[in-house]
Amino acid sequence: MGNTSSMLTQYDIEEVQQHCNNAFSQQEIVSLYERFCQLDRNGGGFVSGEEFLSVPEFAVNPLSQRLLRMLDGLNFKEFVAFLSAFSPRATVQQKIEFIFKVYDSDGNGKVIFNDMLDVLHDLTGQFISEQQREQVLTKVLEEAGYNKESLLVMSDFVKILGSSGLKMEVEVPVD
Amino acid sequence: MSSGKGGELIPSSSELDLDRPNIEDYLPSGSSIHEPVGKLRLCNLLDISPTLTEAAGAIVDDSFTRCFKSNPPEPWNWNVYLFPLWWCGVVIRYLILFPVRVIVLTVGWIIFLSCFIPVHLLLKEHDKLQKNMERALVELICSFFVASWTGVINYHGPRPSMRPKQVFVANHTSTIDFIILEQMSSFAVIMQKHPGWVGLLQSTILESVGCIWFNRSEAKDRETVTKKLREHSQGVDNNPLLIFPEGTCVNNQYSVMFKKGAFELGCTICPIAIKYNKIFVDAFWNSRKQSFTMHLLQLMTSWAVVCDVWYLEPQNLRPDETPIEFAERVRDIISVRAGLKKVPWDGYLKYSRPSSKHRERKQQSFAESVLRRLEEK
Repeated sequence: MGNTSSMLTQYDIEEVQQHCNNAFSQQEIVSLYERFCQLDRNGGGFVSGEEFLSVPEFAVNPLSQRLLRMLDGLNFKEFVAFLSAFSPRATVQQKIEFIFKVYDSDGNGKVIFNDMLDVLHDLTGQFISEQQREQVLTKVLEEAGYNKESLLVMSDFVKILGSSGLKMEVEVPVD
Repeated sequence: MSSGKGGELIPSSSELDLDRPNIEDYLPSGSSIHEPVGKLRLCNLLDISPTLTEAAGAIVDDSFTRCFKSNPPEPWNWNVYLFPLWWCGVVIRYLILFPVRVIVLTVGWIIFLSCFIPVHLLLKEHDKLQKNMERALVELICSFFVASWTGVINYHGPRPSMRPKQVFVANHTSTIDFIILEQMSSFAVIMQKHPGWVGLLQSTILESVGCIWFNRSEAKDRETVTKKLREHSQGVDNNPLLIFPEGTCVNNQYSVMFKKGAFELGCTICPIAIKYNKIFVDAFWNSRKQSFTMHLLQLMTSWAVVCDVWYLEPQNLRPDETPIEFAERVRDIISVRAGLKKVPWDGYLKYSRPSSKHRERKQQSFAESVLRRLEEK
Protein backbone atom coordinates (compact mmCIF):
# COMPACT_ATOMS: atom_id res chain seq x y z
CA MET A 1 0.00 0.00 0.00
CA GLY A 2 3.00 2.24 0.06
CA ASN A 3 3.69 4.90 2.60
CA THR A 4 0.52 4.70 4.65
CA SER A 5 1.10 7.53 7.06
CA SER A 6 0.89 9.95 4.18
CA MET A 7 -2.77 9.02 3.87
CA LEU A 8 -3.55 10.48 7.29
CA THR A 9 -3.76 14.24 7.45
CA GLN A 10 -3.09 16.28 10.58
CA TYR A 11 -6.82 16.94 10.75
CA ASP A 12 -7.57 13.20 10.68
CA ILE A 13 -5.12 12.55 13.47
CA GLU A 14 -6.60 15.25 15.66
CA GLU A 15 -10.10 13.95 15.04
CA VAL A 16 -9.08 10.46 16.08
CA GLN A 17 -7.28 11.81 19.09
CA GLN A 18 -10.36 13.66 20.20
CA HIS A 19 -12.54 10.62 19.67
CA CYS A 20 -10.40 8.56 22.02
CA ASN A 21 -10.14 11.35 24.59
CA ASN A 22 -6.44 11.90 24.05
CA ALA A 23 -5.61 8.38 25.14
CA PHE A 24 -2.86 8.22 22.55
CA SER A 25 -0.26 10.66 21.34
CA GLN A 26 -0.22 11.70 17.70
CA GLN A 27 2.79 9.51 17.01
CA GLU A 28 1.05 6.52 18.53
CA ILE A 29 -1.98 7.17 16.35
CA VAL A 30 0.21 7.14 13.25
CA SER A 31 1.72 3.83 14.37
CA LEU A 32 -1.72 2.42 15.04
CA TYR A 33 -2.80 3.48 11.58
CA GLU A 34 0.10 1.63 10.00
CA ARG A 35 -0.83 -1.40 12.04
CA PHE A 36 -4.50 -1.07 11.07
CA CYS A 37 -3.57 -0.96 7.38
CA GLN A 38 -1.28 -3.94 7.84
CA LEU A 39 -4.12 -5.96 9.37
CA ASP A 40 -6.69 -4.74 6.87
CA ARG A 41 -5.25 -6.76 4.05
CA ASN A 42 -8.07 -6.36 1.58
CA GLY A 43 -8.17 -2.61 2.09
CA GLY A 44 -11.85 -2.51 3.00
CA GLY A 45 -11.43 0.22 5.62
CA PHE A 46 -12.13 -2.15 8.49
CA VAL A 47 -10.48 -5.25 9.85
CA SER A 48 -12.64 -8.37 9.61
CA GLY A 49 -12.73 -11.18 12.17
CA GLU A 50 -10.72 -13.41 9.84
CA GLU A 51 -8.00 -10.81 9.54
CA PHE A 52 -7.73 -10.50 13.33
CA LEU A 53 -7.59 -14.26 13.67
CA SER A 54 -4.69 -14.41 11.26
CA VAL A 55 -2.56 -13.01 14.07
CA PRO A 56 -1.64 -16.25 15.87
CA GLU A 57 -1.03 -14.53 19.22
CA PHE A 58 -4.59 -13.21 19.12
CA ALA A 59 -6.12 -16.46 17.89
CA VAL A 60 -4.79 -18.44 20.84
CA ASN A 61 -6.26 -16.00 23.39
CA PRO A 62 -9.19 -17.54 25.32
CA LEU A 63 -11.28 -14.37 24.98
CA SER A 64 -10.66 -13.87 21.27
CA GLN A 65 -14.21 -14.71 20.21
CA ARG A 66 -15.77 -12.30 22.70
CA LEU A 67 -13.41 -9.56 21.64
CA LEU A 68 -14.08 -10.24 17.98
CA ARG A 69 -17.72 -9.41 18.54
CA MET A 70 -16.63 -6.00 19.75
CA LEU A 71 -13.95 -5.55 17.07
CA ASP A 72 -15.65 -6.75 13.94
CA GLY A 73 -16.31 -4.02 11.42
CA LEU A 74 -14.69 -1.18 13.33
CA ASN A 75 -13.20 1.60 11.25
CA PHE A 76 -9.92 3.16 12.28
CA LYS A 77 -11.40 5.81 14.57
CA GLU A 78 -13.42 3.21 16.46
CA PHE A 79 -10.43 0.86 16.51
CA VAL A 80 -8.38 3.47 18.34
CA ALA A 81 -11.25 4.16 20.71
CA PHE A 82 -11.47 0.43 21.43
CA LEU A 83 -7.78 0.31 22.32
CA SER A 84 -7.89 3.48 24.39
CA ALA A 85 -8.72 1.50 27.52
CA PHE A 86 -5.23 -0.02 27.27
CA SER A 87 -3.38 3.25 27.12
CA PRO A 88 -1.29 4.20 30.16
CA ARG A 89 -3.22 7.47 30.14
CA ALA A 90 -6.57 5.73 30.61
CA THR A 91 -8.18 5.99 34.03
CA VAL A 92 -9.09 3.00 36.16
CA GLN A 93 -12.72 3.90 35.55
CA GLN A 94 -12.23 3.58 31.79
CA LYS A 95 -10.52 0.23 32.18
CA ILE A 96 -13.33 -1.10 34.34
CA GLU A 97 -15.85 0.18 31.80
CA PHE A 98 -14.07 -1.83 29.13
CA ILE A 99 -14.13 -4.99 31.23
CA PHE A 100 -17.82 -4.40 31.91
CA LYS A 101 -18.49 -4.16 28.18
CA VAL A 102 -16.72 -7.48 27.60
CA TYR A 103 -19.07 -9.14 30.08
CA ASP A 104 -22.21 -7.31 29.01
CA SER A 105 -22.56 -9.05 25.66
CA ASP A 106 -26.07 -7.79 24.92
CA GLY A 107 -25.11 -4.25 25.81
CA ASN A 108 -28.05 -3.53 28.10
CA GLY A 109 -25.92 -2.18 30.93
CA LYS A 110 -26.52 -5.20 33.17
CA VAL A 111 -24.33 -8.22 33.75
CA ILE A 112 -26.19 -11.35 34.78
CA PHE A 113 -25.04 -14.65 36.22
CA ASN A 114 -24.91 -16.30 32.79
CA ASP A 115 -22.70 -13.56 31.37
CA MET A 116 -20.15 -14.20 34.09
CA LEU A 117 -20.50 -17.93 33.62
CA ASP A 118 -19.80 -17.58 29.89
CA VAL A 119 -16.60 -15.64 30.44
CA LEU A 120 -15.47 -18.13 33.05
CA HIS A 121 -16.15 -20.88 30.54
CA ASP A 122 -13.95 -19.12 27.96
CA LEU A 123 -11.15 -18.84 30.49
CA THR A 124 -11.27 -22.38 31.82
CA GLY A 125 -12.39 -24.42 28.84
CA GLN A 126 -13.06 -28.05 29.49
CA PHE A 127 -10.89 -28.18 32.59
CA ILE A 128 -13.74 -27.39 34.97
CA SER A 129 -17.17 -28.95 34.64
CA GLU A 130 -20.18 -26.71 34.04
CA GLN A 131 -21.53 -27.68 37.42
CA GLN A 132 -18.31 -26.80 39.21
CA ARG A 133 -18.19 -23.46 37.47
CA GLU A 134 -21.68 -22.61 38.68
CA GLN A 135 -20.78 -23.65 42.18
CA VAL A 136 -17.61 -21.59 42.29
CA LEU A 137 -19.28 -18.52 40.86
CA THR A 138 -22.27 -18.76 43.20
CA LYS A 139 -19.99 -19.17 46.18
CA VAL A 140 -17.82 -16.14 45.50
CA LEU A 141 -20.86 -14.06 44.57
CA GLU A 142 -22.53 -14.82 47.85
CA GLU A 143 -19.38 -14.09 49.78
CA ALA A 144 -19.29 -10.69 48.14
CA GLY A 145 -22.87 -9.98 49.06
CA TYR A 146 -24.62 -10.84 45.80
CA ASN A 147 -26.50 -13.90 44.64
CA LYS A 148 -27.33 -15.85 41.48
CA GLU A 149 -30.19 -13.54 40.53
CA SER A 150 -28.25 -10.31 41.02
CA LEU A 151 -27.98 -7.90 38.16
CA LEU A 152 -24.60 -6.22 38.28
CA VAL A 153 -24.26 -2.75 36.87
CA MET A 154 -21.27 -0.55 36.20
CA SER A 155 -21.06 0.82 39.74
CA ASP A 156 -20.95 -2.72 41.13
CA PHE A 157 -17.99 -3.50 38.93
CA VAL A 158 -16.27 -0.35 40.11
CA LYS A 159 -16.84 -1.42 43.69
CA ILE A 160 -15.54 -4.94 43.08
CA LEU A 161 -12.58 -4.18 40.87
CA GLY A 162 -11.73 -0.64 41.84
CA SER A 163 -9.41 -1.49 44.66
CA SER A 164 -7.61 -4.45 43.17
CA GLY A 165 -4.88 -2.49 41.40
CA LEU A 166 -5.91 -3.14 37.82
CA LYS A 167 -2.99 -3.49 35.42
CA MET A 168 -4.16 -3.25 31.87
CA GLU A 169 -1.69 -1.48 29.63
CA VAL A 170 -0.28 -2.02 26.20
CA GLU A 171 2.60 -0.18 24.61
CA VAL A 172 2.19 1.07 21.08
CA PRO A 173 5.49 0.67 19.25
CA VAL A 174 6.60 3.96 17.80
CA ASP A 175 9.43 3.85 15.24
CA MET B 1 -4.95 -9.33 -3.17
CA SER B 2 -4.65 -12.61 -1.33
CA SER B 3 -3.72 -15.49 -3.59
CA GLY B 4 -5.80 -18.63 -3.46
CA LYS B 5 -2.87 -20.47 -2.01
CA GLY B 6 -4.89 -22.30 0.57
CA GLY B 7 -5.67 -18.96 2.15
CA GLU B 8 -8.81 -20.54 3.52
CA LEU B 9 -8.88 -22.15 6.89
CA ILE B 10 -7.26 -25.56 6.93
CA PRO B 11 -8.09 -27.65 9.97
CA SER B 12 -4.83 -27.84 11.82
CA SER B 13 -3.70 -31.41 11.63
CA SER B 14 -1.84 -33.03 14.45
CA GLU B 15 1.12 -33.18 12.10
CA LEU B 16 1.60 -29.46 12.42
CA ASP B 17 1.80 -29.89 16.18
CA LEU B 18 4.50 -32.53 16.06
CA ASP B 19 6.79 -30.11 14.31
CA ARG B 20 6.78 -27.49 17.00
CA PRO B 21 9.04 -27.27 20.01
CA ASN B 22 7.47 -25.93 23.13
CA ILE B 23 6.06 -22.51 22.31
CA GLU B 24 5.69 -21.65 25.98
CA ASP B 25 9.48 -21.47 26.18
CA TYR B 26 9.47 -18.62 23.71
CA LEU B 27 6.48 -16.51 24.60
CA PRO B 28 7.25 -13.62 26.96
CA SER B 29 7.02 -14.56 30.60
CA GLY B 30 3.78 -13.60 32.22
CA SER B 31 2.07 -14.80 29.12
CA SER B 32 0.09 -17.33 31.07
CA ILE B 33 -2.72 -16.04 33.17
CA HIS B 34 -1.29 -14.83 36.45
CA GLU B 35 -0.76 -17.21 39.32
CA PRO B 36 -2.11 -15.25 42.26
CA VAL B 37 -2.40 -16.61 45.77
CA GLY B 38 -4.87 -16.33 48.57
CA LYS B 39 -8.50 -17.14 48.90
CA LEU B 40 -10.61 -16.89 45.77
CA ARG B 41 -12.79 -13.79 45.77
CA LEU B 42 -15.23 -12.29 43.29
CA CYS B 43 -12.74 -9.71 42.12
CA ASN B 44 -10.32 -12.48 41.16
CA LEU B 45 -12.86 -14.14 38.94
CA LEU B 46 -14.11 -10.96 37.37
CA ASP B 47 -10.70 -9.47 36.74
CA ILE B 48 -9.92 -10.57 33.20
CA SER B 49 -7.39 -7.81 32.66
CA PRO B 50 -4.33 -10.04 32.11
CA THR B 51 -6.03 -11.98 29.30
CA LEU B 52 -7.38 -8.78 27.78
CA THR B 53 -3.95 -7.18 27.93
CA GLU B 54 -2.46 -10.09 26.03
CA ALA B 55 -5.14 -9.84 23.37
CA ALA B 56 -4.68 -6.09 23.00
CA GLY B 57 -0.91 -6.58 22.86
CA ALA B 58 -1.36 -9.00 19.98
CA ILE B 59 -3.65 -6.56 18.17
CA VAL B 60 -1.19 -3.72 18.48
CA ASP B 61 1.91 -5.65 17.49
CA ASP B 62 2.82 -9.27 17.10
CA SER B 63 5.99 -11.08 16.22
CA PHE B 64 4.42 -13.26 13.54
CA THR B 65 3.17 -10.46 11.29
CA ARG B 66 6.50 -8.72 11.64
CA CYS B 67 8.17 -11.64 9.89
CA PHE B 68 6.26 -11.00 6.71
CA LYS B 69 6.42 -7.25 6.52
CA SER B 70 8.14 -5.97 3.40
CA ASN B 71 10.93 -3.53 4.11
CA PRO B 72 11.53 -1.51 1.01
CA PRO B 73 14.61 0.70 1.09
CA GLU B 74 14.06 4.21 2.40
CA PRO B 75 13.06 6.64 -0.34
CA TRP B 76 15.66 9.35 -0.75
CA ASN B 77 14.11 11.28 -3.58
CA TRP B 78 12.15 13.77 -1.55
CA ASN B 79 14.43 16.69 -2.03
CA VAL B 80 14.61 19.12 -4.97
CA TYR B 81 18.32 18.47 -5.28
CA LEU B 82 18.12 14.70 -4.97
CA PHE B 83 14.98 14.26 -7.04
CA PRO B 84 16.61 14.83 -10.46
CA LEU B 85 19.37 12.45 -9.45
CA TRP B 86 16.85 9.87 -8.50
CA TRP B 87 14.96 10.49 -11.70
CA CYS B 88 18.13 9.88 -13.73
CA GLY B 89 18.50 6.69 -11.78
CA VAL B 90 15.00 5.59 -12.74
CA VAL B 91 15.66 6.33 -16.38
CA ILE B 92 18.90 4.39 -16.33
CA ARG B 93 17.34 1.48 -14.50
CA TYR B 94 14.24 1.16 -16.60
CA LEU B 95 15.41 2.26 -20.00
CA ILE B 96 19.01 1.08 -20.08
CA LEU B 97 19.65 -1.60 -17.48
CA PHE B 98 16.35 -3.36 -17.85
CA PRO B 99 16.50 -3.90 -21.63
CA VAL B 100 20.14 -4.99 -21.38
CA ARG B 101 19.22 -7.47 -18.71
CA VAL B 102 16.31 -8.80 -20.69
CA ILE B 103 18.65 -9.32 -23.63
CA VAL B 104 21.20 -11.07 -21.43
CA LEU B 105 18.52 -13.32 -20.04
CA THR B 106 17.12 -14.11 -23.49
CA VAL B 107 20.58 -14.95 -24.81
CA GLY B 108 21.10 -17.15 -21.80
CA TRP B 109 17.85 -18.98 -22.42
CA ILE B 110 18.65 -19.51 -26.08
CA ILE B 111 22.05 -20.96 -25.28
CA PHE B 112 20.59 -23.06 -22.51
CA LEU B 113 17.71 -24.47 -24.49
CA SER B 114 19.79 -25.15 -27.57
CA CYS B 115 22.12 -27.25 -25.46
CA PHE B 116 19.67 -28.71 -23.02
CA ILE B 117 17.08 -30.06 -25.42
CA PRO B 118 19.56 -32.02 -27.54
CA VAL B 119 21.34 -33.33 -24.45
CA HIS B 120 18.07 -34.34 -22.90
CA LEU B 121 16.79 -36.12 -25.99
CA LEU B 122 19.91 -37.57 -27.53
CA LEU B 123 22.02 -38.67 -24.59
CA LYS B 124 19.49 -41.00 -23.07
CA GLU B 125 21.90 -43.93 -23.11
CA HIS B 126 24.85 -42.13 -21.59
CA ASP B 127 23.25 -41.57 -18.21
CA LYS B 128 26.22 -40.22 -16.35
CA LEU B 129 27.30 -37.90 -19.12
CA GLN B 130 23.78 -36.64 -19.58
CA LYS B 131 23.42 -35.93 -15.89
CA ASN B 132 26.66 -34.03 -15.66
CA MET B 133 25.90 -31.97 -18.72
CA GLU B 134 22.40 -31.14 -17.54
CA ARG B 135 23.74 -30.10 -14.16
CA ALA B 136 26.32 -27.85 -15.75
CA LEU B 137 23.66 -26.33 -17.97
CA VAL B 138 21.34 -25.61 -15.04
CA GLU B 139 24.21 -23.93 -13.25
CA LEU B 140 24.75 -21.90 -16.39
CA ILE B 141 21.19 -20.67 -16.70
CA CYS B 142 21.21 -19.77 -13.02
CA SER B 143 24.29 -17.67 -13.58
CA PHE B 144 22.45 -15.92 -16.38
CA PHE B 145 19.54 -15.25 -14.06
CA VAL B 146 21.85 -13.83 -11.45
CA ALA B 147 23.51 -11.66 -14.07
CA SER B 148 20.11 -10.40 -15.14
CA TRP B 149 19.65 -8.76 -11.77
CA THR B 150 23.29 -7.80 -11.53
CA GLY B 151 23.68 -10.08 -8.61
CA VAL B 152 26.67 -9.34 -6.46
CA ILE B 153 27.05 -12.36 -4.28
CA ASN B 154 29.75 -12.86 -1.71
CA TYR B 155 30.27 -16.48 -0.92
CA HIS B 156 31.96 -17.18 2.38
CA GLY B 157 33.15 -20.42 3.76
CA PRO B 158 34.38 -23.60 2.13
CA ARG B 159 32.53 -24.64 -0.98
CA PRO B 160 30.36 -27.67 -0.24
CA SER B 161 31.84 -31.00 -1.26
CA MET B 162 29.59 -33.48 -2.97
CA ARG B 163 29.22 -36.36 -0.57
CA PRO B 164 26.34 -38.70 0.00
CA LYS B 165 24.21 -38.42 3.15
CA GLN B 166 24.51 -34.69 3.18
CA VAL B 167 21.61 -32.27 3.32
CA PHE B 168 21.86 -28.50 3.00
CA VAL B 169 19.51 -26.17 4.83
CA ALA B 170 19.14 -22.44 4.43
CA ASN B 171 16.90 -19.58 5.53
CA HIS B 172 14.33 -18.58 2.94
CA THR B 173 13.57 -15.11 1.64
CA SER B 174 12.54 -15.64 -1.94
CA THR B 175 12.60 -18.30 -4.62
CA ILE B 176 15.76 -16.64 -5.92
CA ASP B 177 17.59 -18.14 -2.93
CA PHE B 178 17.63 -21.36 -4.85
CA ILE B 179 18.96 -19.73 -8.02
CA ILE B 180 21.74 -18.02 -6.12
CA LEU B 181 22.87 -21.25 -4.50
CA GLU B 182 22.39 -23.38 -7.60
CA GLN B 183 24.75 -21.11 -9.46
CA MET B 184 27.64 -22.22 -7.30
CA SER B 185 26.99 -25.93 -7.01
CA SER B 186 24.28 -28.20 -8.17
CA PHE B 187 21.55 -28.92 -5.64
CA ALA B 188 18.32 -30.82 -5.71
CA VAL B 189 15.63 -28.74 -4.14
CA ILE B 190 12.35 -29.51 -2.49
CA MET B 191 9.84 -26.90 -3.47
CA GLN B 192 6.19 -26.03 -3.39
CA LYS B 193 4.71 -26.71 -6.80
CA HIS B 194 3.83 -23.37 -8.32
CA PRO B 195 1.29 -22.64 -11.02
CA GLY B 196 2.04 -20.93 -14.31
CA TRP B 197 5.34 -20.70 -16.09
CA VAL B 198 7.31 -21.38 -12.94
CA GLY B 199 5.53 -24.71 -12.62
CA LEU B 200 6.46 -25.51 -16.20
CA LEU B 201 10.10 -24.81 -15.46
CA GLN B 202 9.88 -26.92 -12.37
CA SER B 203 8.54 -29.97 -14.13
CA THR B 204 10.91 -29.88 -17.06
CA ILE B 205 14.29 -28.45 -16.29
CA LEU B 206 14.47 -28.81 -12.56
CA GLU B 207 13.50 -32.46 -12.82
CA SER B 208 16.92 -33.00 -14.30
CA VAL B 209 18.68 -31.94 -11.13
CA GLY B 210 16.46 -34.20 -9.11
CA CYS B 211 13.97 -31.85 -7.48
CA ILE B 212 11.13 -32.99 -5.31
CA TRP B 213 7.71 -31.34 -5.25
CA PHE B 214 5.24 -31.01 -2.46
CA ASN B 215 1.85 -29.49 -2.03
CA ARG B 216 1.32 -27.57 1.17
CA SER B 217 -2.43 -27.96 1.24
CA GLU B 218 -2.42 -31.75 1.11
CA ALA B 219 -2.07 -33.37 4.49
CA LYS B 220 -1.14 -36.82 3.20
CA ASP B 221 1.52 -35.24 1.06
CA ARG B 222 3.80 -35.03 4.06
CA GLU B 223 4.40 -38.79 4.23
CA THR B 224 5.06 -39.20 0.52
CA VAL B 225 7.49 -36.33 0.55
CA THR B 226 9.37 -37.64 3.58
CA LYS B 227 9.77 -40.95 1.81
CA LYS B 228 11.06 -39.28 -1.33
CA LEU B 229 13.50 -37.22 0.73
CA ARG B 230 14.86 -40.27 2.42
CA GLU B 231 15.30 -42.15 -0.84
CA HIS B 232 17.01 -39.23 -2.47
CA SER B 233 19.44 -38.62 0.37
CA GLN B 234 20.52 -42.23 0.40
CA GLY B 235 21.23 -42.28 -3.32
CA VAL B 236 24.90 -41.95 -4.15
CA ASP B 237 24.69 -40.24 -7.46
CA ASN B 238 21.99 -37.72 -6.67
CA ASN B 239 22.60 -34.05 -6.21
CA PRO B 240 22.72 -33.07 -2.53
CA LEU B 241 19.39 -31.92 -1.22
CA LEU B 242 18.77 -28.28 -0.47
CA ILE B 243 15.93 -27.74 1.95
CA PHE B 244 14.38 -24.53 3.30
CA PRO B 245 13.04 -25.74 6.63
CA GLU B 246 11.05 -22.57 7.32
CA GLY B 247 8.59 -23.75 4.69
CA THR B 248 7.75 -20.24 3.53
CA CYS B 249 9.40 -16.98 2.52
CA VAL B 250 10.31 -14.73 5.45
CA ASN B 251 11.48 -11.15 5.19
CA ASN B 252 15.19 -11.73 5.91
CA GLN B 253 15.04 -10.03 9.30
CA TYR B 254 13.39 -12.82 11.24
CA SER B 255 13.42 -16.57 11.12
CA VAL B 256 10.42 -18.75 11.84
CA MET B 257 10.58 -22.25 13.28
CA PHE B 258 12.28 -24.94 11.27
CA LYS B 259 10.31 -28.01 10.32
CA LYS B 260 11.97 -31.13 11.60
CA GLY B 261 11.58 -33.15 8.36
CA ALA B 262 15.08 -32.40 7.08
CA PHE B 263 16.62 -33.21 10.44
CA GLU B 264 15.39 -36.74 10.81
CA LEU B 265 16.86 -38.13 7.61
CA GLY B 266 19.95 -39.38 9.37
CA CYS B 267 22.24 -37.15 7.32
CA THR B 268 24.79 -34.51 8.09
CA ILE B 269 23.24 -31.07 7.96
CA CYS B 270 25.22 -28.30 6.29
CA PRO B 271 23.70 -24.93 7.23
CA ILE B 272 23.78 -22.06 4.77
CA ALA B 273 22.94 -18.51 5.82
CA ILE B 274 21.76 -15.97 3.24
CA LYS B 275 21.52 -12.27 3.94
CA TYR B 276 20.44 -9.71 1.38
CA ASN B 277 21.66 -6.16 1.51
CA LYS B 278 18.55 -4.05 1.81
CA ILE B 279 20.12 -0.85 0.57
CA PHE B 280 19.89 -2.08 -3.00
CA VAL B 281 16.62 -3.92 -3.08
CA ASP B 282 14.25 -5.70 -0.73
CA ALA B 283 14.62 -9.25 -1.95
CA PHE B 284 11.78 -10.56 0.18
CA TRP B 285 9.13 -12.16 -1.98
CA ASN B 286 5.87 -11.28 -0.26
CA SER B 287 3.77 -13.90 -1.98
CA ARG B 288 0.62 -12.34 -0.56
CA LYS B 289 1.32 -9.09 -2.32
CA GLN B 290 3.19 -9.98 -5.49
CA SER B 291 3.21 -12.68 -8.07
CA PHE B 292 6.58 -14.23 -8.85
CA THR B 293 6.69 -12.49 -12.22
CA MET B 294 6.22 -9.09 -10.62
CA HIS B 295 8.86 -9.97 -8.07
CA LEU B 296 11.36 -10.86 -10.80
CA LEU B 297 10.56 -7.67 -12.70
CA GLN B 298 11.12 -5.68 -9.56
CA LEU B 299 14.53 -7.27 -9.18
CA MET B 300 15.42 -6.66 -12.78
CA THR B 301 14.67 -2.95 -12.50
CA SER B 302 16.75 -2.40 -9.37
CA TRP B 303 20.39 -1.51 -9.31
CA ALA B 304 21.62 -4.79 -8.02
CA VAL B 305 20.89 -7.71 -5.78
CA VAL B 306 23.64 -7.80 -3.24
CA CYS B 307 23.85 -10.60 -0.80
CA ASP B 308 26.12 -12.65 1.40
CA VAL B 309 26.07 -16.41 1.46
CA TRP B 310 27.81 -18.24 4.26
CA TYR B 311 28.49 -21.95 4.08
CA LEU B 312 28.61 -22.96 7.73
CA GLU B 313 30.13 -25.91 9.55
CA PRO B 314 28.29 -29.19 9.01
CA GLN B 315 26.31 -30.42 12.00
CA ASN B 316 25.22 -33.84 13.13
CA LEU B 317 22.47 -35.00 15.40
CA ARG B 318 23.91 -35.28 18.91
CA PRO B 319 23.15 -38.47 20.84
CA ASP B 320 21.02 -36.69 23.43
CA GLU B 321 19.12 -34.49 20.98
CA THR B 322 15.70 -34.87 19.46
CA PRO B 323 15.27 -33.85 15.81
CA ILE B 324 13.32 -30.77 16.91
CA GLU B 325 16.13 -29.66 19.21
CA PHE B 326 18.58 -30.31 16.41
CA ALA B 327 16.48 -28.17 14.07
CA GLU B 328 16.39 -25.34 16.57
CA ARG B 329 20.11 -25.55 17.14
CA VAL B 330 20.78 -25.24 13.43
CA ARG B 331 18.27 -22.39 13.20
CA ASP B 332 20.21 -20.66 15.92
CA ILE B 333 23.47 -21.05 14.01
CA ILE B 334 21.96 -19.67 10.81
CA SER B 335 20.10 -16.83 12.55
CA VAL B 336 23.20 -15.65 14.37
CA ARG B 337 25.27 -15.66 11.19
CA ALA B 338 22.67 -13.85 9.10
CA GLY B 339 21.58 -11.46 11.84
CA LEU B 340 18.02 -12.74 12.03
CA LYS B 341 15.73 -12.57 15.04
CA LYS B 342 14.07 -15.83 15.95
CA VAL B 343 10.34 -16.05 16.49
CA PRO B 344 8.47 -19.05 17.89
CA TRP B 345 5.92 -19.38 15.14
CA ASP B 346 5.40 -22.01 12.51
CA GLY B 347 5.61 -20.45 9.03
CA TYR B 348 2.55 -22.38 7.94
CA LEU B 349 0.43 -20.20 10.24
CA LYS B 350 0.34 -17.94 7.21
CA TYR B 351 -2.11 -20.41 5.77
CA SER B 352 -3.84 -21.94 8.78
CA ARG B 353 -4.84 -21.22 12.38
CA PRO B 354 -2.80 -22.20 15.43
CA SER B 355 -3.92 -25.39 17.12
CA SER B 356 -6.21 -25.13 20.10
CA LYS B 357 -3.51 -26.75 22.23
CA HIS B 358 -2.04 -23.37 23.18
CA ARG B 359 -5.33 -21.92 24.28
CA GLU B 360 -6.09 -25.09 26.21
CA ARG B 361 -2.85 -24.86 28.09
CA LYS B 362 -3.75 -21.38 29.30
CA GLN B 363 -7.25 -22.48 30.20
CA GLN B 364 -5.93 -25.44 32.11
CA SER B 365 -3.51 -23.40 34.20
CA PHE B 366 -6.20 -20.86 35.08
CA ALA B 367 -8.70 -23.59 35.93
CA GLU B 368 -6.21 -25.26 38.23
CA SER B 369 -5.43 -22.04 40.05
CA VAL B 370 -9.13 -21.30 40.57
CA LEU B 371 -9.79 -24.72 42.04
CA ARG B 372 -6.71 -24.54 44.20
CA ARG B 373 -7.60 -21.16 45.64
CA LEU B 374 -11.12 -22.30 46.31
CA GLU B 375 -9.76 -24.64 48.94
CA GLU B 376 -7.77 -21.99 50.72
CA LYS B 377 -9.21 -20.22 53.72
